Amino acid sequence: MSNEETFEKFKEVAVEVLQVPADKVTPDARFAEDLDADSLDLVELVMALEESFDVTVEETELEGIETIGQAYDLIVAKL
Amino acid sequence: MLLGYGPDGPIPGRRVAITGIGVLSCCGVGTEALWTGLNGPAPEGERRVPDFDPSRWFGPKDARHVDRFAQFAVAAAEMALDDAEGLDADPARSGVVIGTGVGGFESLQSQVLVYGEKGARRVSPRLVPMMMSNAGAANVSIRAGWHGPSETITTACAAGTHSIGYAARLVASGRCDVAIGGGSEAAMTEVGIAAFANMTALSTSGHSRPFDRRRDGFVITEGAGALVLEDWDRAVARGARIYGELAGAASSADAHHITAPIPSGSGAAVCMEVAIEDAGLVPGDVAHINAHGTSTPLNDKAEAQAITTVFGSPGPVVTSTKGITGHGLGAAGAIEAVAAVLTIEHRLIPPTVGYEEPDPEIDLDIVTSTARPWEPGPILSNSFGFGGHNGCLVISPA
Repeated sequence: MSNEETFEKFKEVAVEVLQVPADKVTPDARFAEDLDADSLDLVELVMALEESFDVTVEETELEGIETIGQAYDLIVAKL
Repeated sequence: MLLGYGPDGPIPGRRVAITGIGVLSCCGVGTEALWTGLNGPAPEGERRVPDFDPSRWFGPKDARHVDRFAQFAVAAAEMALDDAEGLDADPARSGVVIGTGVGGFESLQSQVLVYGEKGARRVSPRLVPMMMSNAGAANVSIRAGWHGPSETITTACAAGTHSIGYAARLVASGRCDVAIGGGSEAAMTEVGIAAFANMTALSTSGHSRPFDRRRDGFVITEGAGALVLEDWDRAVARGARIYGELAGAASSADAHHITAPIPSGSGAAVCMEVAIEDAGLVPGDVAHINAHGTSTPLNDKAEAQAITTVFGSPGPVVTSTKGITGHGLGAAGAIEAVAAVLTIEHRLIPPTVGYEEPDPEIDLDIVTSTARPWEPGPILSNSFGFGGHNGCLVISPA
């Protein structure tokens, strides 16, 4: 899977969980400020990503994750 | 409505006006759908809310994060608030009391299945705020921005009635100028239906026939009802439409069995008597009773016995709107309080649909076939729940 395809797949999951328009899911988008996502949304998103990408993310790894790009990098590093 | 008893006798509270009503039932969304349904034929098949569209009240994300029972609570409350027009309530003096029998059953059931299939790590982080019984009241107060009391009463099938009574007392006491009282339920999940069926509470024939000799259990339904309750003088001053007065309320216990009512109906009789006294009335003043009338063999017999104990024979005109609506558990009392308000509005008592063959052990004046004119006077609304919890409201014309 190319980087582009991986990001598209990531984006689909984010759109489904966060219920935001696809064009708002950019690497710079901040969860709280730009996507109206709270801490539970982030947990839900990570769960869905774990499922889609067949990876495991520990709760401690979520500390400091504030943007789509950071979350994406966290997942990609495990693939 | 009384605040209690002092050295000089009863202490009357402020009068409580009903200035808004909202409802969802198997007849549809809104008060007009309910009234049309109550005066029509019995519905066929499962009695779910047929036309509920969450997007009328929730964005796509909130719709995913709020259980169906809490969505119903919000919808009923906000329809009632719209109906009350121009409330302009002081947030600090506005409260919410929304009861439920079981809360977010659908969310709990689905996440138990997720746990079984995928394990603990996949259980939704939203489950707790979705399933908690207070989610209805919480979502209503969050959306309204009200800082007064926001609470939930969980007394099974009496929850809606108890919640309206408690909300009214918040207004009567002066703690609140405005309060929403109501009840909500969405327990028609596979597990919920199986549980009620296996305890033999549900009708095997599928017919809701309150007080009929052939009754064989209740028909389960879902929905919600809500009343806007307002300080009477405030409502008059702002020129509000006043449907009626929430004049009295009471609560009692059967202290008998976890599901079966006490056969003499003595606990229910106490509740009716206290509610009537709370309204400053005597039993002879009551013009009509909207009965709990679930269509179970035990409830209807015990309730009839209780009514006869309090009022003599045959007593006031009785109807059970559950012939149409089925039994909405924690929502039932709230849906029926709305039905009582609509009775005042239309000056008609809807029939007990399904009642055809009298039970020789039940001596009540039951409205059959078609609606009967309501002779203006106080209406008593009864609700009795598993656990032996009894609730009664007295709703009087303005």
